[in-house]
Amino acid sequence: MKRWIPLVLFAVLVGFFAKGLFLNPREVPSPFIGKPAPTFTLPVVGAAERTFSPEEMKGKVWLLNVWAPWCVSCRQEHEVLMSLVRERELAIVGLNWKDKKREAEQLLDQQGNPYVAVPDDLSGKTGIDYGVTGTPETYVIDKSGVIQMKHVGPITPEIWEKKFEPKLKELGA
Amino acid sequence: MRTILSSLLLFLSLSVHANEAALNAEDPVIEARLVKMAEDLRCLVCQNESLAGSNAELAQDLRREVRAQMKAGKSDQEVIAYLTERYGDFVLYRPPFKPVTYLLWLGPLLFLGIGVGIWYLTLKKRRNLKETPVDEKQIAAAAQLLEEK
Repeated sequence: MKRWIPLVLFAVLVGFFAKGLFLNPREVPSPFIGKPAPTFTLPVVGAAERTFSPEEMKGKVWLLNVWAPWCVSCRQEHEVLMSLVRERELAIVGLNWKDKKREAEQLLDQQGNPYVAVPDDLSGKTGIDYGVTGTPETYVIDKSGVIQMKHVGPITPEIWEKKFEPKLKELGA
Repeated sequence: MRTILSSLLLFLSLSVHANEAALNAEDPVIEARLVKMAEDLRCLVCQNESLAGSNAELAQDLRREVRAQMKAGKSDQEVIAYLTERYGDFVLYRPPFKPVTYLLWLGPLLFLGIGVGIWYLTLKKRRNLKETPVDEKQIAAAAQLLEEK
């Protein structure tokens, strides 16, 4: 019996390493979950006279999708978002992060615009206030303006089914 | 005339150069503080690099932000609080000592303790082995066997 102990310990160690191996290091736990979404006021892409601020979304469950025209995986995600808003009512705000080449407006004109508003974060400061580490990232914000979930990386139909759909249902969207 | 002109030009070029150097290290005190702090902070993009060493765009932005806050008179603690508020303890290469990190910090001590425990038990067992009384009969039998040869 006793000689099995090292093997058991080894198996436990392997278990830990296996778990660690398949974790996504990009999935940094966000300190914002359960906290109010940081506020900002930014100009809106394609509407020079308009500004956007998260207060406008009070009373709605909404998504803040951080994207950029220069971001390749955002292109894939863009299609997914387009088909989502075609199918159902969904308020997605697309924070245009560090679009130095000013390409967002043209891109949305050509490929469709899934967003209810596209605040223009040229300096990247608002992104930093939300703890953005890269694009795309998506926050789920509830009716009272509290961040309920954060997803790092592009949204795929599977991820939408598994992660977003249940959360939105729970929040009553 | 020519020498005067050329030395004047030389002087001008020198002063231009000095000006550039001054711009690069506008405030050496803040720059030193920044580098010292950023070495203990993680770059969020290339996660195994420090914020001081990384050339990722986000790292540059964050360094600019840290520099600006230091210039505004914020203390190191305040700047670190600003970053952990946004990126969590993950940005710190030295995680704080709190309930979720107890195992992380105390783990090595725990394993050392287990090792010492096993060591102690093993020694104790050996000592007990030594103290088992010697069986005279068996020794006699063994001696007899040896002599037979």
